[in-house]
Amino acid sequence: MKVSVQPEPFDLGAELAGFGAGRSDVGAVVSFTGVVRDDSGAMEALELEHYPGMTQRAIAQIVDQAVTRWDLADVIVIHRHGRLGIGEQIMMVATAARHRAAAFEAAEFLMDYLKSRAPFWKKEHGRDGTSWVVAKDEDEDALKRW
Amino acid sequence: MMVDVLYFAWVRERIGLPREQIETQAATVNDLVAELRAREPRYEAAFADLTALRVALDQELATFDSPLADVREVAFFPPMTGG
Repeated sequence: MKVSVQPEPFDLGAELAGFGAGRSDVGAVVSFTGVVRDDSGAMEALELEHYPGMTQRAIAQIVDQAVTRWDLADVIVIHRHGRLGIGEQIMMVATAARHRAAAFEAAEFLMDYLKSRAPFWKKEHGRDGTSWVVAKDEDEDALKRW
Repeated sequence: MMVDVLYFAWVRERIGLPREQIETQAATVNDLVAELRAREPRYEAAFADLTALRVALDQELATFDSPLADVREVAFFPPMTGG
């Protein structure tokens, strides 16, 4: 299991290359990467603030829940903070399991919980000023399916 | 008791500082919020709508009716937008 909260970019390929390697019980690897997008056409950067003391622990607790629920061989969560440009990677989740259903479901579970329960706050910097991204009701609702 | 109170995102911006030490006898988070709101208009503005806020006690998510006994760090912030 790997949890990293960092300002630096990560190398998705390198992370996945060694993931689940050397194990004979891994039949499925799923990964998700979140990328900074610009919906308005006027955005210049996305700033991610976080709660340094809490973030690592909150993510580790979410990973623990996933591991309890699904039979996972390994998990990676990398989440960046700081100021990120359009097209930059924000975060990644990877799950390794015996079968794909567990790998997909666990990855979705991790994403849903990271979105609403990991202490990050996004602020959009645009040509017209700055604004905090507002949490969506549907993101909170997404937790109910688990 | 002394507690460290931390603010994040727009709560931090509205109050104008990231953290402060507060001497309080508040029994619950709600009591602490009432004390803060009575301080100055910027606190009143930040805490005007508690449904727009979340709270963590010693870095664990909690509710506004949670007791503050033995708590060292209280953090207020808007709903999280990770991922």
